[in-house]
Amino acid sequence: MRRMRLKPLVPVTLERRIVLGVVFFVGFVGLWFLLTWSGAVPRVFLASPLQTLLSGWDLFATQKFGFDVGMTIWRVVGGFLMAAVIAVPLGIAMGAYKPIEAFFEPFVSFARYLPASAFIPLLILWAGIGEMQKLLVIFIGSVFQIILMVALIVGSTRRDLIEAAYTLGADGRGIVRRVMLPGAAPQIAETLRLVLGWAWTYVIVAELVGAESGIGHMIMDSQRLLDTGQMIFGIFCIGVIGLVSDFAFKWANQRLYPWAF
Amino acid sequence: MGFLTIQGVSHRFPGVRGGPPTEALSRTDLSVADNDFIAILGPSGCGKSTLLRIVAGLERPTTGEVLLDGQPVAGPGPDRGMVFQSYTLFPWLTVEQNILFGSRATPERAAQLIARVGLRGFERHYPKMLSGGMQQRTALARALANDPKILLLDEPFGALDNQTRALMQELLLGIWETDRKTVLFVTHDIDEAIFMANRVAVLSARPGRIKADVKIELPHPRHYTMKTSPAFSAYKAQLTEEIRIEALKAVEMQHA
Repeated sequence: MRRMRLKPLVPVTLERRIVLGVVFFVGFVGLWFLLTWSGAVPRVFLASPLQTLLSGWDLFATQKFGFDVGMTIWRVVGGFLMAAVIAVPLGIAMGAYKPIEAFFEPFVSFARYLPASAFIPLLILWAGIGEMQKLLVIFIGSVFQIILMVALIVGSTRRDLIEAAYTLGADGRGIVRRVMLPGAAPQIAETLRLVLGWAWTYVIVAELVGAESGIGHMIMDSQRLLDTGQMIFGIFCIGVIGLVSDFAFKWANQRLYPWAF
Repeated sequence: MGFLTIQGVSHRFPGVRGGPPTEALSRTDLSVADNDFIAILGPSGCGKSTLLRIVAGLERPTTGEVLLDGQPVAGPGPDRGMVFQSYTLFPWLTVEQNILFGSRATPERAAQLIARVGLRGFERHYPKMLSGGMQQRTALARALANDPKILLLDEPFGALDNQTRALMQELLLGIWETDRKTVLFVTHDIDEAIFMANRVAVLSARPGRIKADVKIELPHPRHYTMKTSPAFSAYKAQLTEEIRIEALKAVEMQHA
């Protein structure tokens, strides 16, 4: 193979990009296989790749794991949508109108640092261990982040575009509706994609504590049975779902906003 | 009284962190006749853009007032169309949608202007697919589609290369010669000012004030070959002298 010379920012071809990405995965699984096959790590602590796949098959075939996956997805999407429905309009209002920003910003900035997972005991007290409590964990974890990021995006609308719109006869509301909103939309969509990724970590934490179903619940159950294969497969599942939702979001953004990408 | 009257307009930017305020523009008077083409020529940082922004209503004068067609200017409005030096097309709108953005633009007028600025076939392109010159032509069409009483141009060709710039000058001049519109054109380029304008107002170094008002008596329609004529050269020599003194002053101020 020709020697690869590294130079900053020189692009790689598509084939080489795919080969490099696959090589890492192969190497990763290979190392994993060697560690378990040679007995360097006992089976109790780390299942082999094959064992993990078999556990996954067993989970779906006999333990209704599909239902758990569905529950987890619904919780993430539900809590995330609740947050987005409130946070996006509020963020836009804050970004566009400075008095509204001055009113909400200090509290939201403070609330952003409250860790969602620390609310779980309190939320169990308030909302029980039902679905509402899981949704609220996601909601608290996402809503303040989205508000602040949307406000920042809308507030940094290019001033010269706003001035151009004014000289074309737009009024204050026209500026928000016809300049700030369409200009900020792709970045708002990117923000939602990012925060959705974080929501996946909150849902698992919520499911580790007092849940009857979900991927997190299955992982906790498997710990009791010392089934590392199932635990690893559960984690692996979250990664795959996260990757798929990320791709879907990216694809939709590029379709919706062709001018920005 | 002119069509556009600038009366005792001055502008002062507040000081930074308790420092003294910056006087950008000292009391300026200027009267522009209907359908006239005036260039405001000055060295960089002389407040010429500030003056234009005050006429546009994007900046409030510290003293004085601006009257357009007898009405005082209180804020930005569709009767004063503007083309900026930076590319200000809305990136999420196509060429055609950009031109139709104005509150008074009509599809018929937009189609006419698209043809006039040579953008036929590019109606559905997004700004990022266009060259700088095409973007500024679209911006010009967008301003004209709104049928403003006056066209304000803030170094609109400043970011373009020389060849494109010369073509844009001819295009704008051609539009003015056929459509007649009151134009206020800010530039630091002496050739551009002489070639385009009927009158060149030379602004002094900061704080800006009009130190010379030169009538350019070159016949219309003007052809680019005129740029090498003796009459053109005479104007150029005169204005170069005026500007040079001011540019020197501006440089001295920066080193003081």
